[in-house]
Amino acid sequence: MTQALATPGAPPASQSDRPGALPAMIFLVLALVPAVAAVGPESYVLGLFTRVMVFAIAALALDFICGYGGLVSFGHAAFVGIGAYAVAILGTHGITDMLVSLPVALLASAIFAYLTGTVCLRTKSVYFIMITLAFGQMAYFIAGSLAPYGGDDGLTVKMRSTLFGFPLLQNDRVLYYFVLLCLLVAYFVFRAVVYSRFGRVFRGARENPTRMATLGFDIFRFQRVGYVIAGAVGGLSGFLLANATEFVSPAFMSWQRSGELIIMVLFGGLGTLHGAIIGAAAYLLTEEVLGGFTEQWKLIFGPLLVIVVLFARGGLLGLACSIRGRLSRD
Amino acid sequence: MALFIVQILNGLQLGVLLFLVAAGLTLVFGVMNFINLAHGVQYMLGAYLAVMFYTITGSSLLAVLLALLTALGFGLFLEFAIFRNLYDRDHLEQVIATFGIILFLNQAVKTVWGAAPLTLPIPEFFTGSIVLMPGLLYPVWRLVIIASGLAVGLLLYVVVGHTRVGMLVRAGATNARMVSALGVDIRRLFMIVFGFGTMLAAFAGAMIAPILSVEPGMGDTVLILAFVVIVIGGIGSIRGAFLAALLIGLVDTLGRSFAIDIMRLVMPPSPARTVGPAIASMLIYVLMALVLYFRPAGLFPVRGR
Repeated sequence: MTQALATPGAPPASQSDRPGALPAMIFLVLALVPAVAAVGPESYVLGLFTRVMVFAIAALALDFICGYGGLVSFGHAAFVGIGAYAVAILGTHGITDMLVSLPVALLASAIFAYLTGTVCLRTKSVYFIMITLAFGQMAYFIAGSLAPYGGDDGLTVKMRSTLFGFPLLQNDRVLYYFVLLCLLVAYFVFRAVVYSRFGRVFRGARENPTRMATLGFDIFRFQRVGYVIAGAVGGLSGFLLANATEFVSPAFMSWQRSGELIIMVLFGGLGTLHGAIIGAAAYLLTEEVLGGFTEQWKLIFGPLLVIVVLFARGGLLGLACSIRGRLSRD
Repeated sequence: MALFIVQILNGLQLGVLLFLVAAGLTLVFGVMNFINLAHGVQYMLGAYLAVMFYTITGSSLLAVLLALLTALGFGLFLEFAIFRNLYDRDHLEQVIATFGIILFLNQAVKTVWGAAPLTLPIPEFFTGSIVLMPGLLYPVWRLVIIASGLAVGLLLYVVVGHTRVGMLVRAGATNARMVSALGVDIRRLFMIVFGFGTMLAAFAGAMIAPILSVEPGMGDTVLILAFVVIVIGGIGSIRGAFLAALLIGLVDTLGRSFAIDIMRLVMPPSPARTVGPAIASMLIYVLMALVLYFRPAGLFPVRGR
């Protein structure tokens, strides 16, 4: 499991500690989307890409623990849900200022990550996948039982988060750039973490836990810190999701959601960070395009996943790399 | 008291059902180190095929038999066409590919048979209820399910524990590479195990079809429960899967029927009505987290991995 997770064919870009040209291009494209959208169906395109970026943030966090830490979490949607519920629940009590709701969202999901991580990290490989699933399901059922806050039906967020009482995110365009800013921050924070001393220990724990332990590192504590960071960023994604959809429901935390996040990360290419952004975009846009094309888009999408796994090892980035490699050899 | 016994029987029935699905899953997982999310779809297919063959032939027995054979053929086809290429991939890739198959088949079933739930009548011979004790009626078909589940359990116990193939399967679960090195055709062993597991899942689906509505996506919930079962039981262990399945079946059923009453003991009735069901749904996951906390490789770990 440890070795197997290092996807073969992963782009060499992840080896250097300088961001390559590809991430810069991704962010450039994302920054230009609103300008292009202005000529077409603006609110539709903005909404779609806001969603892409929100999920990209969650996928980034998952890629961090999954691709660099070897910790495959099947309950990552729980953090997103907790962040979203923090916004919605505070909202029903009249607190909409993001100076309150954002820290609460981050803190709540970080605490949940700390508590569950303490238990989960005792187990390994498949058992880790299953125990994170268990905690994800617990969060899902707890959210469904919150009768004062909508129970299974979820609840609407009456007002997007404000800053000092000013309705900053009310404008879709501002919300878009705010989410883009969060994505940028999350991306660079993870880059910094991955290439820091902490990150080297964290990565080392994936590649050879025994050796890291022999070197005197308490792997458990390093992994727990990594898990908490990923949880908090998941909470950030939830905070943004609640603002973007203006609605929260227990379905945000369902195991299918967690599975989708894993697929996004793998779609892009594990352990690359910017691959997670590409994966989220590829997944959601494919879903959207196929969904517009035919109602039975899953008949196409399902086999597509199988084909990606069978023929595109290392996700889309891996595919691009191997094609580039083949071209340059000729 | 009568209610309690009925719920215990219901729990047993859910337990053996989970066992039928989990047995194949744990063997495939244990022997081939292959996470097959599409196992739940086989269960769904079993139910749908039973309904289809029942409308064609009009005989319940024939319907179940034909459903089993078709499901077996389909499972082997999937193994041959796709899964075979996934055995030496890492778990995540297996998860995605089989997830893609779930998406496809759920939608395909919806396209072929419609989104509305179908029903299958209980075989005439087993309709009605019998009196287990004064004031306690219980449907015969549920007893048949329990009995057939226990019979399959016994069969597996004999086959896995006391035959040559079973010995190879156990050896494969402990160390597949070594078995292969000793000259056993591991591919063929994989295929046998896979086909058998597929058939058990389809059997579970066909058996439960008369008392459950047959609908697209019915395999997903069972799949997650089956994973909980095999993880609690220890991956690759039939005995573990059997005990864990009964445990999960009982805990879940009893939890759902008595959670509100138990909660009432410690809190006023109105919050008890909302908290109770939530706790009941969580119960098995709490159980799984507890088991994994104290026994990180499940209750009956298969050594050698």
